[in-house]
Amino acid sequence: MPPEDSLLPEDVVRKVARLAKLAPSDAQIALYRRQLSDVLARMGALRSLDLSGVEPLAHVGDTRNRLREDVPGPTLPSDTVMALAPDRSPPFLKVPKVLGEGGGA
Amino acid sequence: MKTDQPATTMSTTTSVRRGELTCRQAVENAINAAHRHAPLNAFVELWEEPARRRADELDRLIASGATPPPLAGLVFGVKANICTTLGRTTCASRMLADYRSPFEATAVRRLREAGAIPIGSLNMDEFGMGSSGENSAHGPTLNPWDRTRVPGGSSSGGAAAVAAGILPLALGSDTGGSIRQPAAMCGVVGIKPTYGRVSRLGLVAYASSFDQIGPITPDVHSAAVALTHLCGFDPDDATSADLPVPDFTRDLLADPGPVRIAVPRQARLGSNHPDVSAAFDRSLDSLRQDGAQIVDVDMPMLDAAVNAYYIVATAEASSNLARYDGVRYGRRAPNAASLEEVYTRSRTEGFGPEVQRRIMLGTHVLSAGYADEFYLTALRARRVIKQEFDAAFAMGCRAVAMPTAPNPAFRLGEKAADPASMYLEDVYTVGVNLAGLPAISVPMGLSTSTGTALPLGLQLIGPAFEESAILNLAARFEARVGRWSPPA
Repeated sequence: MPPEDSLLPEDVVRKVARLAKLAPSDAQIALYRRQLSDVLARMGALRSLDLSGVEPLAHVGDTRNRLREDVPGPTLPSDTVMALAPDRSPPFLKVPKVLGEGGGA
Repeated sequence: MKTDQPATTMSTTTSVRRGELTCRQAVENAINAAHRHAPLNAFVELWEEPARRRADELDRLIASGATPPPLAGLVFGVKANICTTLGRTTCASRMLADYRSPFEATAVRRLREAGAIPIGSLNMDEFGMGSSGENSAHGPTLNPWDRTRVPGGSSSGGAAAVAAGILPLALGSDTGGSIRQPAAMCGVVGIKPTYGRVSRLGLVAYASSFDQIGPITPDVHSAAVALTHLCGFDPDDATSADLPVPDFTRDLLADPGPVRIAVPRQARLGSNHPDVSAAFDRSLDSLRQDGAQIVDVDMPMLDAAVNAYYIVATAEASSNLARYDGVRYGRRAPNAASLEEVYTRSRTEGFGPEVQRRIMLGTHVLSAGYADEFYLTALRARRVIKQEFDAAFAMGCRAVAMPTAPNPAFRLGEKAADPASMYLEDVYTVGVNLAGLPAISVPMGLSTSTGTALPLGLQLIGPAFEESAILNLAARFEARVGRWSPPA
Protein backbone atom coordinates (compact mmCIF):
# COMPACT_ATOMS: atom_id res chain seq x y z
CA MET A 1 0.00 0.00 0.00
CA PRO A 2 1.29 3.48 -0.83
CA PRO A 3 2.14 5.89 2.00
CA GLU A 4 -0.51 8.37 3.17
CA ASP A 5 0.95 11.39 1.36
CA SER A 6 0.94 9.65 -2.03
CA LEU A 7 -2.72 8.68 -1.81
CA LEU A 8 -5.26 10.12 -4.18
CA PRO A 9 -6.75 13.16 -2.38
CA GLU A 10 -9.96 12.27 -0.59
CA ASP A 11 -11.94 14.96 -2.42
CA VAL A 12 -10.94 13.38 -5.74
CA VAL A 13 -12.27 10.00 -4.56
CA ARG A 14 -15.50 11.64 -3.41
CA LYS A 15 -15.86 13.44 -6.74
CA VAL A 16 -15.33 10.20 -8.67
CA ALA A 17 -17.97 8.48 -6.55
CA ARG A 18 -20.37 11.34 -7.22
CA LEU A 19 -19.73 11.18 -10.98
CA ALA A 20 -20.32 7.40 -10.87
CA LYS A 21 -23.59 7.93 -8.95
CA LEU A 22 -22.29 5.97 -5.99
CA ALA A 23 -22.54 7.00 -2.34
CA PRO A 24 -20.00 4.96 -0.38
CA SER A 25 -19.82 5.35 3.40
CA ASP A 26 -16.87 7.21 4.93
CA ALA A 27 -15.24 3.88 5.78
CA GLN A 28 -15.69 2.66 2.22
CA ILE A 29 -14.29 5.94 0.86
CA ALA A 30 -11.19 5.43 2.99
CA LEU A 31 -10.80 1.84 1.73
CA TYR A 32 -11.43 2.70 -1.94
CA ARG A 33 -9.00 5.61 -1.60
CA ARG A 34 -6.20 3.25 -0.57
CA GLN A 35 -7.07 0.57 -3.09
CA LEU A 36 -7.54 2.95 -6.03
CA SER A 37 -4.32 4.75 -5.16
CA ASP A 38 -2.49 1.44 -5.10
CA VAL A 39 -3.87 0.34 -8.47
CA LEU A 40 -3.31 3.76 -10.06
CA ALA A 41 0.26 3.85 -8.78
CA ARG A 42 0.94 0.58 -10.59
CA MET A 43 -0.83 1.80 -13.70
CA GLY A 44 1.38 4.87 -13.66
CA ALA A 45 4.14 2.59 -14.99
CA LEU A 46 2.56 3.09 -18.41
CA ARG A 47 3.87 6.65 -18.37
CA SER A 48 7.45 5.42 -18.64
CA LEU A 49 6.75 3.77 -22.01
CA ASP A 50 7.65 5.53 -25.21
CA LEU A 51 4.36 5.49 -27.07
CA SER A 52 4.80 8.71 -29.01
CA GLY A 53 3.46 8.46 -32.51
CA VAL A 54 1.29 5.41 -31.72
CA GLU A 55 -2.37 5.82 -32.65
CA PRO A 56 -4.72 4.78 -29.82
CA LEU A 57 -6.60 1.54 -30.58
CA ALA A 58 -10.11 1.67 -29.12
CA HIS A 59 -11.52 -1.33 -30.95
CA VAL A 60 -9.97 -4.31 -32.74
CA GLY A 61 -12.96 -5.17 -34.89
CA ASP A 62 -14.16 -3.80 -38.16
CA THR A 63 -15.01 -0.21 -37.23
CA ARG A 64 -17.05 0.69 -40.27
CA ASN A 65 -20.66 1.55 -39.56
CA ARG A 66 -22.95 -1.31 -40.36
CA LEU A 67 -26.23 0.00 -41.65
CA ARG A 68 -29.41 -1.89 -42.35
CA GLU A 69 -32.55 -1.18 -44.28
CA ASP A 70 -34.77 1.34 -42.54
CA VAL A 71 -37.79 -0.93 -42.24
CA PRO A 72 -39.84 -1.71 -39.15
CA GLY A 73 -39.14 -5.04 -37.52
CA PRO A 74 -40.48 -6.87 -34.47
CA THR A 75 -39.88 -5.27 -31.07
CA LEU A 76 -40.42 -6.48 -27.53
CA PRO A 77 -44.02 -5.96 -26.39
CA SER A 78 -44.23 -2.84 -24.23
CA ASP A 79 -46.11 -4.79 -21.50
CA THR A 80 -43.14 -7.16 -21.21
CA VAL A 81 -40.63 -4.37 -20.95
CA MET A 82 -42.81 -2.31 -18.62
CA ALA A 83 -43.15 -5.30 -16.29
CA LEU A 84 -39.40 -5.15 -15.61
CA ALA A 85 -39.59 -1.65 -14.10
CA PRO A 86 -39.49 -1.42 -10.30
CA ASP A 87 -42.29 1.18 -10.33
CA ARG A 88 -44.62 2.05 -13.17
CA SER A 89 -47.88 3.60 -14.23
CA PRO A 90 -48.22 2.33 -17.80
CA PRO A 91 -47.38 3.67 -20.28
CA PHE A 92 -45.01 5.57 -17.95
CA LEU A 93 -42.17 4.60 -15.65
CA LYS A 94 -42.60 6.12 -12.20
CA VAL A 95 -39.83 7.88 -10.29
CA PRO A 96 -39.81 10.23 -7.30
CA LYS A 97 -39.86 13.96 -7.88
CA VAL A 98 -36.88 15.17 -9.84
CA LEU A 99 -36.87 18.44 -7.88
CA GLY A 100 -36.98 18.31 -4.08
CA GLU A 101 -39.23 20.44 -1.88
CA GLY A 102 -36.64 23.19 -1.75
CA GLY A 103 -36.15 23.13 -5.52
CA GLY A 104 -32.62 21.71 -5.29
CA ALA A 105 -31.85 18.47 -7.03
CA MET B 1 -5.32 -40.21 -14.83
CA LYS B 2 -8.57 -41.12 -13.13
CA THR B 3 -11.26 -43.10 -14.82
CA ASP B 4 -14.23 -41.06 -13.60
CA GLN B 5 -13.87 -38.53 -16.39
CA PRO B 6 -16.88 -36.37 -17.14
CA ALA B 7 -18.93 -37.20 -20.20
CA THR B 8 -17.83 -35.26 -23.23
CA THR B 9 -20.13 -33.72 -25.82
CA MET B 10 -19.13 -36.46 -28.24
CA SER B 11 -19.80 -39.33 -25.84
CA THR B 12 -23.17 -37.83 -24.85
CA THR B 13 -24.49 -37.07 -28.31
CA THR B 14 -23.18 -40.36 -29.70
CA SER B 15 -24.92 -42.31 -26.93
CA VAL B 16 -28.16 -40.47 -27.69
CA ARG B 17 -27.91 -41.18 -31.40
CA ARG B 18 -27.22 -44.85 -30.73
CA GLY B 19 -30.21 -45.10 -28.43
CA GLU B 20 -28.01 -45.96 -25.44
CA LEU B 21 -29.03 -42.82 -23.58
CA THR B 22 -32.24 -40.82 -23.70
CA CYS B 23 -32.21 -37.06 -23.54
CA ARG B 24 -34.30 -37.37 -20.38
CA GLN B 25 -31.63 -39.60 -18.79
CA ALA B 26 -28.94 -37.09 -19.74
CA VAL B 27 -30.97 -34.35 -18.05
CA GLU B 28 -31.66 -36.44 -14.91
CA ASN B 29 -27.97 -37.35 -14.68
CA ALA B 30 -27.00 -33.68 -14.77
CA ILE B 31 -29.67 -32.68 -12.25
CA ASN B 32 -28.61 -35.45 -9.85
CA ALA B 33 -24.95 -34.53 -10.22
CA ALA B 34 -25.75 -30.86 -9.66
CA HIS B 35 -27.57 -31.71 -6.41
CA ARG B 36 -24.79 -34.08 -5.33
CA HIS B 37 -22.23 -31.33 -5.85
CA ALA B 38 -24.40 -28.55 -4.38
CA PRO B 39 -21.66 -27.53 -1.88
CA LEU B 40 -19.53 -26.34 -4.81
CA ASN B 41 -22.11 -23.56 -5.30
CA ALA B 42 -21.60 -23.75 -9.06
CA PHE B 43 -25.24 -23.01 -9.92
CA VAL B 44 -27.37 -19.95 -9.27
CA GLU B 45 -30.46 -21.98 -10.13
CA LEU B 46 -31.48 -25.09 -12.05
CA TRP B 47 -34.17 -25.11 -14.73
CA GLU B 48 -35.26 -28.66 -14.03
CA GLU B 49 -38.79 -28.66 -15.42
CA PRO B 50 -38.08 -26.82 -18.69
CA ALA B 51 -35.08 -29.12 -19.23
CA ARG B 52 -37.18 -32.25 -18.65
CA ARG B 53 -39.89 -30.98 -21.00
CA ARG B 54 -37.34 -30.23 -23.72
CA ALA B 55 -35.66 -33.62 -23.22
CA ASP B 56 -39.00 -35.46 -23.51
CA GLU B 57 -39.80 -33.51 -26.67
CA LEU B 58 -36.47 -34.55 -28.19
CA ASP B 59 -36.93 -38.17 -27.07
CA ARG B 60 -40.37 -38.27 -28.74
CA LEU B 61 -38.85 -36.87 -31.90
CA ILE B 62 -36.13 -39.54 -31.84
CA ALA B 63 -38.69 -42.30 -31.09
CA SER B 64 -40.72 -41.20 -34.12
CA GLY B 65 -37.76 -42.13 -36.29
CA ALA B 66 -36.79 -38.56 -37.16
CA THR B 67 -33.10 -37.65 -37.36
CA PRO B 68 -32.27 -35.98 -34.06
CA PRO B 69 -30.66 -32.54 -34.14
CA PRO B 70 -26.85 -32.76 -33.89
CA LEU B 71 -26.56 -31.84 -30.21
CA ALA B 72 -29.65 -33.73 -28.99
CA GLY B 73 -29.21 -34.66 -25.34
CA LEU B 74 -26.27 -32.36 -24.74
CA VAL B 75 -26.96 -30.65 -21.42
CA PHE B 76 -25.32 -27.28 -20.84
CA GLY B 77 -25.11 -24.54 -18.23
CA VAL B 78 -25.27 -20.82 -18.90
CA LYS B 79 -23.15 -18.23 -17.11
CA ALA B 80 -25.40 -15.89 -15.16
CA ASN B 81 -24.56 -12.92 -17.42
CA ILE B 82 -25.94 -14.59 -20.57
CA CYS B 83 -29.66 -14.03 -21.07
CA THR B 84 -32.17 -16.85 -21.28
CA THR B 85 -35.94 -16.81 -20.92
CA LEU B 86 -35.87 -19.87 -18.64
CA GLY B 87 -35.15 -18.17 -15.34
CA ARG B 88 -33.24 -15.31 -13.82
CA THR B 89 -30.20 -13.60 -15.33
CA THR B 90 -28.65 -12.24 -12.14
CA CYS B 91 -25.07 -11.53 -13.27
CA ALA B 92 -24.36 -12.64 -9.66
CA SER B 93 -25.39 -9.13 -8.60
CA ARG B 94 -27.90 -7.90 -6.05
CA MET B 95 -28.71 -5.31 -8.72
CA LEU B 96 -30.29 -8.00 -10.93
CA ALA B 97 -31.32 -10.48 -8.21
CA ASP B 98 -34.82 -10.86 -9.68
CA TYR B 99 -34.11 -9.91 -13.29
CA ARG B 100 -35.79 -12.08 -15.90
CA SER B 101 -34.65 -11.30 -19.41
CA PRO B 102 -37.38 -10.67 -21.97
CA PHE B 103 -35.16 -12.15 -24.69
CA GLU B 104 -32.64 -14.92 -25.23
CA ALA B 105 -28.96 -14.60 -26.11
CA THR B 106 -28.13 -15.65 -29.67
CA ALA B 107 -25.50 -18.09 -28.36
CA VAL B 108 -28.09 -19.88 -26.20
CA ARG B 109 -30.60 -19.92 -29.04
CA ARG B 110 -28.08 -21.44 -31.44
CA LEU B 111 -27.21 -24.28 -29.04
CA ARG B 112 -30.89 -24.89 -28.24
CA GLU B 113 -31.79 -25.04 -31.91
CA ALA B 114 -29.06 -27.64 -32.38
CA GLY B 115 -30.76 -29.83 -29.75
CA ALA B 116 -28.71 -28.91 -26.68
CA ILE B 117 -30.63 -28.50 -23.43
CA PRO B 118 -30.00 -25.57 -21.06
CA ILE B 119 -30.10 -26.85 -17.48
CA GLY B 120 -29.27 -23.93 -15.24
CA SER B 121 -27.62 -20.63 -14.51
CA LEU B 122 -23.97 -20.70 -13.45
CA ASN B 123 -22.32 -18.74 -10.67
CA MET B 124 -19.70 -16.12 -11.53
CA ASP B 125 -17.93 -13.01 -10.35
CA GLU B 126 -20.43 -10.16 -10.37
CA PHE B 127 -20.80 -8.79 -13.93
CA GLY B 128 -17.64 -10.75 -14.87
CA MET B 129 -15.44 -8.69 -12.58
CA GLY B 130 -13.08 -11.02 -10.79
CA SER B 131 -10.48 -13.75 -11.16
CA SER B 132 -11.59 -16.01 -8.30
CA GLY B 133 -15.36 -16.42 -8.29
CA GLU B 134 -15.46 -14.78 -4.86
CA ASN B 135 -17.17 -11.56 -6.00
CA SER B 136 -20.62 -13.10 -6.23
CA ALA B 137 -23.87 -12.09 -4.55
CA HIS B 138 -24.60 -15.85 -4.46
CA GLY B 139 -21.42 -16.63 -2.51
CA PRO B 140 -18.17 -18.08 -3.83
CA THR B 141 -17.90 -21.21 -5.98
CA LEU B 142 -15.46 -23.82 -4.65
CA ASN B 143 -12.80 -25.59 -6.68
CA PRO B 144 -13.69 -29.30 -7.13
CA TRP B 145 -9.99 -30.19 -6.81
CA ASP B 146 -9.71 -28.62 -3.37
CA ARG B 147 -12.72 -26.98 -1.76
CA THR B 148 -10.57 -24.59 0.22
CA ARG B 149 -9.44 -23.02 -3.04
CA VAL B 150 -11.00 -20.75 -5.67
CA PRO B 151 -12.00 -22.16 -9.07
CA GLY B 152 -10.79 -19.01 -10.82
CA GLY B 153 -13.10 -16.50 -12.45
CA SER B 154 -15.11 -14.96 -13.61
CA SER B 155 -16.74 -18.06 -15.21
CA SER B 156 -16.30 -19.86 -11.87
CA GLY B 157 -19.48 -21.96 -11.84
CA GLY B 158 -19.02 -23.20 -15.40
CA ALA B 159 -15.44 -24.37 -14.88
CA ALA B 160 -16.29 -26.02 -11.56
CA ALA B 161 -19.40 -27.75 -12.94
CA VAL B 162 -17.53 -29.15 -15.95
CA ALA B 163 -14.56 -30.25 -13.82
CA ALA B 164 -16.87 -31.98 -11.34
CA GLY B 165 -18.47 -33.92 -14.20
CA ILE B 166 -21.89 -32.28 -13.76
CA LEU B 167 -21.92 -30.82 -17.27
CA PRO B 168 -20.23 -31.63 -20.58
CA LEU B 169 -20.55 -27.96 -21.63
CA ALA B 170 -20.79 -24.57 -19.96
CA LEU B 171 -21.18 -21.26 -21.71
CA GLY B 172 -18.79 -18.70 -20.28
CA SER B 173 -17.69 -15.22 -21.21
CA ASP B 174 -14.15 -13.90 -21.41
CA THR B 175 -13.33 -10.21 -21.06
CA GLY B 176 -9.80 -10.53 -19.65
CA GLY B 177 -9.38 -14.29 -19.18
CA SER B 178 -12.70 -15.24 -17.59
CA ILE B 179 -13.06 -18.47 -19.60
CA ARG B 180 -9.41 -19.52 -19.84
CA GLN B 181 -8.22 -18.83 -16.29
CA PRO B 182 -10.98 -20.78 -14.46
CA ALA B 183 -10.65 -23.57 -17.06
CA ALA B 184 -6.94 -23.77 -16.20
CA MET B 185 -7.55 -23.72 -12.44
CA CYS B 186 -10.19 -26.46 -12.70
CA GLY B 187 -8.34 -28.68 -15.19
CA VAL B 188 -10.75 -28.33 -18.11
CA VAL B 189 -10.67 -26.77 -21.58
CA GLY B 190 -11.81 -23.21 -22.28
CA ILE B 191 -11.63 -21.23 -25.49
CA LYS B 192 -12.09 -17.53 -26.03
CA PRO B 193 -13.02 -17.07 -29.68
CA THR B 194 -11.81 -14.17 -31.80
CA TYR B 195 -13.62 -10.92 -31.01
CA GLY B 196 -16.68 -10.91 -33.29
CA ARG B 197 -16.85 -14.69 -33.79
CA VAL B 198 -19.73 -15.33 -31.39
CA SER B 199 -22.67 -12.97 -31.13
CA ARG B 200 -22.72 -10.81 -28.00
CA LEU B 201 -26.47 -10.26 -28.26
CA GLY B 202 -27.79 -11.18 -24.83
CA LEU B 203 -24.40 -11.11 -23.13
CA VAL B 204 -24.69 -8.49 -20.39
CA ALA B 205 -21.99 -5.94 -21.21
CA TYR B 206 -18.94 -5.46 -18.99
CA ALA B 207 -16.31 -4.14 -21.44
CA SER B 208 -17.83 -4.20 -24.89
CA SER B 209 -14.62 -4.08 -26.93
CA PHE B 210 -13.33 -7.23 -25.14
CA ASP B 211 -16.32 -9.39 -24.16
CA GLN B 212 -16.72 -12.73 -25.97
CA ILE B 213 -18.84 -15.79 -25.23
CA GLY B 214 -17.14 -19.19 -25.45
CA PRO B 215 -17.39 -22.80 -24.29
CA ILE B 216 -15.86 -24.55 -21.26
CA THR B 217 -15.67 -28.31 -21.82
CA PRO B 218 -13.98 -31.47 -20.52
CA ASP B 219 -11.90 -31.90 -23.68
CA VAL B 220 -10.79 -30.14 -26.85
CA HIS B 221 -13.12 -32.06 -29.14
CA SER B 222 -16.14 -30.90 -27.12
CA ALA B 223 -14.91 -27.31 -27.42
CA ALA B 224 -14.72 -27.72 -31.20
CA VAL B 225 -18.24 -29.16 -31.33
CA ALA B 226 -19.69 -26.33 -29.24
CA LEU B 227 -17.81 -23.64 -31.15
CA THR B 228 -19.04 -24.95 -34.50
CA HIS B 229 -22.59 -24.31 -33.31
CA LEU B 230 -21.93 -21.07 -31.40
CA CYS B 231 -20.12 -19.10 -34.09
CA GLY B 232 -21.74 -17.22 -36.92
CA PHE B 233 -22.86 -13.83 -38.12
CA ASP B 234 -25.64 -12.14 -36.16
CA PRO B 235 -27.18 -9.08 -37.79
CA ASP B 236 -28.34 -7.99 -34.32
CA ASP B 237 -24.77 -7.59 -33.05
CA ALA B 238 -23.04 -4.74 -34.88
CA THR B 239 -19.62 -6.20 -34.00
CA SER B 240 -20.43 -9.72 -35.22
CA ALA B 241 -18.05 -10.91 -37.95
CA ASP B 242 -19.68 -11.76 -41.27
CA LEU B 243 -17.36 -14.65 -42.08
CA PRO B 244 -17.92 -18.31 -42.93
CA VAL B 245 -17.65 -20.71 -39.97
CA PRO B 246 -15.69 -23.91 -40.56
CA ASP B 247 -16.62 -27.23 -38.97
CA PHE B 248 -14.08 -26.99 -36.18
CA THR B 249 -14.27 -30.72 -35.48
CA ARG B 250 -12.93 -31.59 -38.92
CA ASP B 251 -9.18 -32.26 -39.08
CA LEU B 252 -8.94 -31.80 -35.34
CA LEU B 253 -6.15 -34.36 -35.06
CA ALA B 254 -4.81 -33.93 -38.61
CA ASP B 255 -1.07 -33.58 -39.06
CA PRO B 256 -0.58 -29.81 -39.09
CA GLY B 257 2.62 -30.02 -41.12
CA PRO B 258 5.62 -27.96 -40.03
CA VAL B 259 4.55 -25.75 -37.13
CA ARG B 260 6.33 -22.90 -35.42
CA ILE B 261 5.12 -21.79 -32.02
CA ALA B 262 6.28 -18.53 -30.49
CA VAL B 263 7.11 -18.30 -26.80
CA PRO B 264 7.48 -14.75 -25.52
CA ARG B 265 10.34 -14.14 -23.15
CA GLN B 266 7.74 -12.25 -21.08
CA ALA B 267 5.86 -15.53 -20.44
CA ARG B 268 8.68 -16.79 -18.28
CA LEU B 269 8.22 -14.33 -15.46
CA GLY B 270 10.39 -14.95 -12.43
CA SER B 271 7.21 -14.55 -10.42
CA ASN B 272 5.64 -17.66 -12.00
CA HIS B 273 4.94 -20.43 -9.52
CA PRO B 274 7.78 -22.99 -9.96
CA ASP B 275 5.26 -25.73 -10.78
CA VAL B 276 3.84 -23.52 -13.54
CA SER B 277 7.30 -22.93 -15.01
CA ALA B 278 8.14 -26.64 -14.87
CA ALA B 279 4.85 -27.75 -16.43
CA PHE B 280 5.20 -25.09 -19.13
CA ASP B 281 8.71 -26.31 -20.02
CA ARG B 282 7.46 -29.90 -20.16
CA SER B 283 4.60 -28.74 -22.43
CA LEU B 284 7.05 -27.10 -24.81
CA ASP B 285 9.04 -30.36 -24.89
CA SER B 286 5.87 -32.23 -25.72
CA LEU B 287 5.07 -29.80 -28.53
CA ARG B 288 8.62 -30.22 -29.85
CA GLN B 289 8.27 -34.02 -29.77
CA ASP B 290 5.12 -33.55 -31.83
CA GLY B 291 7.23 -31.80 -34.44
CA ALA B 292 6.75 -28.16 -33.53
CA GLN B 293 9.58 -25.69 -33.67
CA ILE B 294 9.60 -23.45 -30.57
CA VAL B 295 10.73 -19.91 -31.35
CA ASP B 296 11.68 -17.47 -28.60
CA VAL B 297 10.26 -14.01 -29.23
CA ASP B 298 10.33 -10.71 -27.41
CA MET B 299 6.99 -9.03 -26.73
CA PRO B 300 8.02 -6.23 -24.36
CA MET B 301 4.64 -4.53 -24.28
CA LEU B 302 3.05 -7.63 -22.72
CA ASP B 303 4.49 -6.41 -19.43
CA ALA B 304 2.11 -3.46 -19.71
CA ALA B 305 -0.93 -5.57 -20.61
CA VAL B 306 -2.45 -5.77 -17.12
CA ASN B 307 -2.23 -2.02 -16.63
CA ALA B 308 -3.57 -1.24 -20.09
CA TYR B 309 -6.37 -3.77 -19.69
CA TYR B 310 -7.57 -2.56 -16.30
CA ILE B 311 -7.67 1.02 -17.55
CA VAL B 312 -9.59 0.35 -20.78
CA ALA B 313 -11.88 -2.36 -19.35
CA THR B 314 -12.88 -0.32 -16.31
CA ALA B 315 -13.40 2.76 -18.49
CA GLU B 316 -15.82 0.77 -20.65
CA ALA B 317 -17.42 -0.75 -17.56
CA SER B 318 -18.07 2.65 -16.00
CA SER B 319 -20.02 3.57 -19.12
CA ASN B 320 -21.78 0.21 -19.59
CA LEU B 321 -22.90 -0.05 -15.98
CA ALA B 322 -24.35 3.47 -16.01
CA ARG B 323 -27.51 1.80 -17.32
CA TYR B 324 -28.33 0.41 -13.86
CA ASP B 325 -30.29 3.35 -12.58
CA GLY B 326 -33.10 1.71 -10.63
CA VAL B 327 -35.68 3.06 -13.07
CA ARG B 328 -36.20 0.74 -16.03
CA TYR B 329 -35.24 -2.63 -14.56
CA GLY B 330 -33.18 -4.10 -11.76
CA ARG B 331 -33.01 -3.10 -8.13
CA ARG B 332 -34.48 0.13 -6.83
CA ALA B 333 -33.60 1.24 -3.33
CA PRO B 334 -36.81 1.57 -1.28
CA ASN B 335 -37.98 4.95 -0.01
CA ALA B 336 -35.69 7.11 -2.11
CA ALA B 337 -36.86 10.69 -1.76
CA SER B 338 -35.62 12.01 -5.09
CA LEU B 339 -34.57 10.77 -8.50
CA GLU B 340 -30.94 11.41 -7.61
CA GLU B 341 -31.36 9.23 -4.54
CA VAL B 342 -32.93 6.48 -6.65
CA TYR B 343 -29.77 6.43 -8.74
CA THR B 344 -27.16 6.61 -6.02
CA ARG B 345 -28.82 4.44 -3.41
CA SER B 346 -29.89 1.75 -5.90
CA ARG B 347 -26.36 1.55 -7.28
CA THR B 348 -24.61 1.68 -3.92
CA GLU B 349 -26.86 -1.02 -2.47
CA GLY B 350 -27.03 -3.06 -5.68
CA PHE B 351 -23.36 -3.33 -6.70
CA GLY B 352 -20.77 -5.30 -4.75
CA PRO B 353 -17.44 -3.76 -3.69
CA GLU B 354 -15.35 -4.95 -6.67
CA VAL B 355 -17.90 -3.63 -9.16
CA GLN B 356 -18.00 -0.29 -7.35
CA ARG B 357 -14.20 -0.20 -7.31
CA ARG B 358 -13.99 -0.83 -11.06
CA ILE B 359 -16.71 1.70 -11.86
CA MET B 360 -14.83 4.30 -9.81
CA LEU B 361 -11.50 3.38 -11.40
CA GLY B 362 -13.04 3.63 -14.86
CA THR B 363 -14.72 6.92 -14.02
CA HIS B 364 -11.42 8.29 -12.75
CA VAL B 365 -9.33 7.28 -15.78
CA LEU B 366 -11.88 8.90 -18.09
CA SER B 367 -12.31 12.08 -16.05
CA ALA B 368 -11.06 15.48 -17.16
CA GLY B 369 -7.35 15.84 -16.59
CA TYR B 370 -6.69 12.10 -16.38
CA ALA B 371 -8.01 10.72 -19.68
CA ASP B 372 -4.80 11.50 -21.60
CA GLU B 373 -2.54 10.17 -18.90
CA PHE B 374 -4.40 6.89 -18.44
CA TYR B 375 -7.02 6.06 -21.05
CA LEU B 376 -5.29 7.22 -24.23
CA THR B 377 -1.92 5.86 -23.07
CA ALA B 378 -3.53 2.48 -22.44
CA LEU B 379 -5.11 2.51 -25.91
CA ARG B 380 -1.67 3.20 -27.42
CA ALA B 381 -0.18 0.29 -25.48
CA ARG B 382 -3.09 -1.80 -26.75
CA ARG B 383 -2.11 -1.12 -30.35
CA VAL B 384 1.52 -2.07 -29.68
CA ILE B 385 0.43 -5.32 -27.95
CA LYS B 386 -1.63 -6.22 -31.01
CA GLN B 387 1.35 -5.41 -33.25
CA GLU B 388 3.62 -7.65 -31.17
CA PHE B 389 1.24 -10.60 -31.60
CA ASP B 390 0.91 -9.80 -35.32
CA ALA B 391 4.70 -9.76 -35.65
CA ALA B 392 4.97 -13.26 -34.15
CA PHE B 393 2.35 -14.54 -36.60
CA ALA B 394 4.07 -12.72 -39.48
CA MET B 395 7.23 -14.72 -38.63
CA GLY B 396 5.25 -17.79 -39.62
CA CYS B 397 4.23 -18.81 -36.11
CA ARG B 398 0.89 -20.57 -35.98
CA ALA B 399 0.40 -19.84 -32.30
CA VAL B 400 1.88 -18.04 -29.32
CA ALA B 401 2.22 -20.24 -26.22
CA MET B 402 2.13 -19.08 -22.61
CA PRO B 403 0.92 -20.47 -19.31
CA THR B 404 -2.74 -19.52 -18.81
CA ALA B 405 -2.09 -18.27 -15.27
CA PRO B 406 1.06 -17.63 -13.23
CA ASN B 407 -0.20 -19.64 -10.24
CA PRO B 408 -2.31 -22.69 -9.47
CA ALA B 409 -5.67 -22.07 -7.76
CA PHE B 410 -5.15 -19.96 -4.65
CA ARG B 411 -6.96 -20.21 -1.34
CA LEU B 412 -10.37 -18.64 -0.83
CA GLY B 413 -9.82 -15.20 0.67
CA GLU B 414 -6.08 -15.21 -0.04
CA LYS B 415 -6.14 -12.28 -2.47
CA ALA B 416 -9.55 -10.81 -1.71
CA ALA B 417 -8.24 -7.83 0.28
CA ASP B 418 -5.68 -6.78 -2.34
CA PRO B 419 -7.24 -5.99 -5.72
CA ALA B 420 -3.90 -5.13 -7.34
CA SER B 421 -2.48 -8.59 -6.59
CA MET B 422 -5.67 -10.22 -7.84
CA TYR B 423 -5.35 -8.28 -11.12
CA LEU B 424 -1.86 -9.73 -11.63
CA GLU B 425 -3.40 -13.21 -11.90
CA ASP B 426 -4.58 -12.05 -15.35
CA VAL B 427 -1.09 -11.24 -16.60
CA TYR B 428 -1.13 -13.87 -19.36
CA THR B 429 -4.74 -13.63 -20.44
CA VAL B 430 -5.56 -9.92 -20.83
CA GLY B 431 -3.18 -9.26 -23.74
CA VAL B 432 -5.28 -11.64 -25.85
CA ASN B 433 -8.43 -9.61 -25.17
CA LEU B 434 -6.65 -6.32 -25.87
CA ALA B 435 -5.65 -7.75 -29.28
CA GLY B 436 -9.03 -9.47 -29.90
CA LEU B 437 -7.39 -12.83 -30.67
CA PRO B 438 -8.63 -16.41 -30.12
CA ALA B 439 -6.97 -18.41 -27.35
CA ILE B 440 -7.51 -21.79 -25.75
CA SER B 441 -6.50 -23.10 -22.34
CA VAL B 442 -5.83 -26.83 -22.23
CA PRO B 443 -4.69 -28.78 -19.12
CA MET B 444 -0.88 -29.20 -19.04
CA GLY B 445 -0.37 -31.09 -15.81
CA LEU B 446 -0.72 -30.87 -12.07
CA SER B 447 0.93 -28.76 -9.44
CA THR B 448 1.66 -30.93 -6.41
CA SER B 449 4.02 -28.83 -4.30
CA THR B 450 1.14 -27.28 -2.32
CA GLY B 451 0.18 -30.69 -0.95
CA THR B 452 -2.93 -31.12 -3.10
CA ALA B 453 -2.97 -31.84 -6.81
CA LEU B 454 -4.01 -28.67 -8.62
CA PRO B 455 -4.38 -28.46 -12.41
CA LEU B 456 -2.45 -26.02 -14.60
CA GLY B 457 -3.29 -24.70 -18.05
CA LEU B 458 -1.34 -24.18 -21.25
CA GLN B 459 -2.56 -21.28 -23.35
CA LEU B 460 -2.31 -21.33 -27.13
CA ILE B 461 -3.09 -18.04 -28.86
CA GLY B 462 -3.83 -17.86 -32.57
CA PRO B 463 -4.20 -15.23 -35.29
CA ALA B 464 -7.65 -13.65 -35.62
CA PHE B 465 -10.29 -16.13 -36.85
CA GLU B 466 -7.80 -19.03 -36.80
CA GLU B 467 -9.57 -20.99 -34.06
CA SER B 468 -9.05 -24.12 -36.18
CA ALA B 469 -5.27 -23.83 -35.86
CA ILE B 470 -5.21 -23.59 -32.05
CA LEU B 471 -7.88 -26.30 -31.66
CA ASN B 472 -5.73 -28.61 -33.78
CA LEU B 473 -2.61 -27.90 -31.74
CA ALA B 474 -4.53 -28.23 -28.47
CA ALA B 475 -6.19 -31.52 -29.51
CA ARG B 476 -2.83 -33.01 -30.47
CA PHE B 477 -1.29 -31.78 -27.22
CA GLU B 478 -4.17 -33.25 -25.20
CA ALA B 479 -3.81 -36.57 -27.02
CA ARG B 480 -0.15 -36.67 -25.94
CA VAL B 481 -0.42 -35.50 -22.33
CA GLY B 482 -3.89 -36.80 -21.40
CA ARG B 483 -6.63 -35.38 -19.22
CA TRP B 484 -6.97 -35.14 -15.47
CA SER B 485 -10.05 -35.31 -13.26
CA PRO B 486 -10.43 -34.15 -9.66
CA PRO B 487 -10.44 -36.79 -6.92
CA ALA B 488 -13.97 -38.17 -6.52
